Amino acid sequence: MSLIHSLHVSFVVFLLGLVGIYLNRKNIILVLMSIELMLLGINLNLLSFSVSLDDLLGQVFALFILTVAAAESAIGLAILVIYFRLRGTIDIEFIRLMKG
Amino acid sequence: MNLFLAAFAALGISSSIMVIRANNPVYSVLYLILVFVNVSGILILQGLDFFAMIFLVVYVGAIAVLFLFVVMMLNIKVEEKQESMLRYLPVGGGIGLIFFLEVVIGLDKEFVPLNLLSLGPSYESEILPEYLHWGETLAQKTGIEAIGQVIYTYYFYYFFMASFILLVAMIGAILLTLHNDPKVKRQEVFEQNAREFSRTIQKAS
Repeated sequence: MSLIHSLHVSFVVFLLGLVGIYLNRKNIILVLMSIELMLLGINLNLLSFSVSLDDLLGQVFALFILTVAAAESAIGLAILVIYFRLRGTIDIEFIRLMKG
Repeated sequence: MNLFLAAFAALGISSSIMVIRANNPVYSVLYLILVFVNVSGILILQGLDFFAMIFLVVYVGAIAVLFLFVVMMLNIKVEEKQESMLRYLPVGGGIGLIFFLEVVIGLDKEFVPLNLLSLGPSYESEILPEYLHWGETLAQKTGIEAIGQVIYTYYFYYFFMASFILLVAMIGAILLTLHNDPKVKRQEVFEQNAREFSRTIQKAS
């Protein structure tokens, strides 16, 4: 199992998440999913280096990143639900109307 | 083993492309699940069995199902992507390509000793020296056991903070989405307990 291949996979997944945020600006659900993709790529990177360097810290931090990802998606989707209830749309263009 | 890695990587990357390019958000969530499954396959190939299972349980079981619930609940129309894609693709694709090339060149240049590992197993002993861990011959721990030994002692504060983050997320999500509808009947414990029997029954005349 070589490190470099899984590093390539993790970087490509991370960059696809980044490009996904840039391309799907309209749809905030896809933006949240792209953030999940980025966190997944970072997690894979940490775990690969943890295995390769034989250090347990990477796995511990991957566990915490997983926690933060779960919390972030829960809060983000809750905000999304109340925003949809308020406006009837989740179009990200109108979010700037929240500005007072 | 390398074949499995190539298969998992190709499937994972192509389905993560489909996540950001699918027309329907439901398909995006399903492709996201496929990405998680493939990544946990890669983790199994690396020997991280606990993390592969945790990825499946947390990501697929919790996060992706949460996304699926929200996508189904919000009832979003399938929007046409063409206008948005044509507007953002040159700049976004260019930036993505630049980052990708930077990472690929960086990985191939900076990690040359690691890159030699992919040439074959014969190079492996020259680059990464192998040690004989005498301690491991006597006793060894599984991965989850090692993580548990370290996470409850050395990284106790991080663990504590993680628990608080989860608590805040739970309370925040409940508070945000709790909807006080006056039409919904709620349980009034004190009033129900203090209600007298003789006043509740009335003769219909």
